[in-house]
Amino acid sequence: MSSGIEAQVLQPYKYGFVTDIESETVPPGLGEDVIRLISEKKGEPAWMLEWRLKAYRNWLKMSEPHWPNVQYGPIDYQAISYYAAPKQRPQLDSLEQVDPKLLETFEKLGIPIEERKRLAGVAVDAVFDSVSVATTFREELKKHGVIFCAISEAIREYPELVQQYLGSVVPYNDNFFAALNSAVFTDGSFVYVPKGVRCPMELSTYFRINAESTGQFERTLIVADEGSYVSYLEGCSAPVRDENQLHAAVVELVALDRATIKYSTIQNWYPGDEEGRGGIYNFVTKRGACRGRGSKISWTQVETGSAITWKYPGCILQGDDSIGEFYSVAVTNHRQQADTGTKMIHMGKNTRSTIVSKGISAGRGQNTYRGLVKILKGADDARNYSQCDSMLIGDKCGAHTFPYIDVRNSTAIMEHEASTSKIGEDQIFYAKQRGLSAEDAVSMIVNGFCKEVFKELPMEFAVEAQRLLGISLEGSVG
Amino acid sequence: MTGKGKRETGKVLLEVRDLHASVEGREILRGVDLTVRAGEVHAIMGPNGSGKSTLAQVLAGHPAYVVTAGQVRYEGNDLLALAPEARAREGVFLAFQYPVAIRGITNAYFLRSAVNAIRKHRGEEELGPVEFMDALEEKLKVIGWDSSYLTRPVNEGFSGGEKKRNEILQLAVLDPKLAILDETDSGLDIDALKTVAQTVDKLRRPDNATVLVTHYYRILTHIQPDVVHVLAGGRIVKSGGKELALELEEKGYDWLREEAVVA
Repeated sequence: MSSGIEAQVLQPYKYGFVTDIESETVPPGLGEDVIRLISEKKGEPAWMLEWRLKAYRNWLKMSEPHWPNVQYGPIDYQAISYYAAPKQRPQLDSLEQVDPKLLETFEKLGIPIEERKRLAGVAVDAVFDSVSVATTFREELKKHGVIFCAISEAIREYPELVQQYLGSVVPYNDNFFAALNSAVFTDGSFVYVPKGVRCPMELSTYFRINAESTGQFERTLIVADEGSYVSYLEGCSAPVRDENQLHAAVVELVALDRATIKYSTIQNWYPGDEEGRGGIYNFVTKRGACRGRGSKISWTQVETGSAITWKYPGCILQGDDSIGEFYSVAVTNHRQQADTGTKMIHMGKNTRSTIVSKGISAGRGQNTYRGLVKILKGADDARNYSQCDSMLIGDKCGAHTFPYIDVRNSTAIMEHEASTSKIGEDQIFYAKQRGLSAEDAVSMIVNGFCKEVFKELPMEFAVEAQRLLGISLEGSVG
Repeated sequence: MTGKGKRETGKVLLEVRDLHASVEGREILRGVDLTVRAGEVHAIMGPNGSGKSTLAQVLAGHPAYVVTAGQVRYEGNDLLALAPEARAREGVFLAFQYPVAIRGITNAYFLRSAVNAIRKHRGEEELGPVEFMDALEEKLKVIGWDSSYLTRPVNEGFSGGEKKRNEILQLAVLDPKLAILDETDSGLDIDALKTVAQTVDKLRRPDNATVLVTHYYRILTHIQPDVVHVLAGGRIVKSGGKELALELEEKGYDWLREEAVVA
């Protein structure tokens, strides 16, 4: 490829700005006292504190995993502040009461929190740093019996639901980062869709990291009761930082009999500069359990941001006839590193899973697909289809694929396809010869490459994802 | 250079002077001279390896080809100073010898993006999907396609002939001032050739021009060229009217090579 590639891989992060709102932040460091403080600030019941402490004590005995195909310096967990909240408290009835600066930030990010979005039928639970500041459409959802609120609120208002399901998919001692999250999570979302209810709108949460050196530890729990349906959208963006910021979220999904959960993510956190300075460490544990007969969980992710991404949204297919899906686009540009994929654990009979992964590497980016498909003994007639495609832009990036297959039942049918291609100078020239700019050409070719994933996203999100992909790769080809 | 000069009144659209170009350090074009006026169709013929496709690629601005000497003026301006996309927006179109596939992007989307890039350049309003489709229907009919081709990914899974037809569809939709067809007739069966040739012929206007790069005489039975050139050894060694093409068909190129050596 021509040298023009490197010349153009120099696109500053477009969402880099810092909002000047006073934050109430606890001093850096982690200990039982900090956890007690967080729990107290959140007004949590005793069982929650106990659970946090149990997680913390386990975490102390665990060590950071180093098996992912990524490289970074040591993280000083005592240098992180584990709680930050905007000083203005979130007891608000309407957006007019929200700090205008906050609204401005959302505006800059293009987050459609206000009326137009409302008209579009999207309820937004915006998380600014770690505390929810505005929630819309609660009433409408309430009519259908759908609960959609901040997890801290759920812990207070719906303790029995939370207690029943929290940690039931990702236990507090699941892994190092999940344990850390369980000990210190400060916010996130909770969704409960009752039996037979089709959630009347897409549920959408925008996250944003804003306070300097504040790790963000969200915890999201979604429970879809029998025969229900819910689609949840998660989108993120963060301002420019010189220091690496740790982000260790946990997302748990529970789908009961014939319930469907569709979980879509657009992740666009600060990836660091061209030399790899700064940027978010995104170490996330996401897992869904198809607990009932014919349950379905579908993960779709578009990962363009973060300096390092480490996440494997998976499905545990417990119920017979249950379905797990994973559709992923991961982009690494400059010095970004991603080690991402999925885990499909087939336990029930006639369970099916589909994996479609698209990795795009540009600049000096390193992109790893890591996926596990496990068919357990009792999973008669299980099927899996996996497709992993990698695209390279330039000659200094890398694509890696680690598919793990573990089959313990001879009736299983497994299909795996993989491809690696280099974005062609001829393709770009062809598009240019028709009048398209280099950026548009790359964006078009890459979007075409990702189409199978984008078509799984809700319409509006798909448009956003395409635009984001264009921005992330702007200048990657000359 | 324009041979018989039947229609010398047309404005000069393209003027190539002493053009030298190399690929991977190897000189392919060694002093090409060519003048194309508005309203004309030029055929460029010649043996394999004579530089026909190189000339087409150089005019379109392919980065693999390096111009080492000479100049190209298009509508009086320095064409070589323009990026490939700028040339396209100014009305230079290349029908590729080997059209490229773009996975996941429909023909309709690709075409509309191209049309809108050009419209934007001209300061015209961009077309929405619906308006664009209306305009497209007509063009589709011309090349004998139904709309199912529009929803297929660009050239993906297309046969050789379909790819060539698709180039002609793009030509019809983009309506360039200067169309360069690089062996569009190769690999077409007789019916497809006829459709393609007739489409190109229909697009002829007093204000545009076509350069046909071809190996074969047969396409010229459908499109009347004003001038036929023979490119050999990286130079145009002979120009003439349609009868030159016929002569080549009968005698081959060897007699011209000898002439070229003498020259």
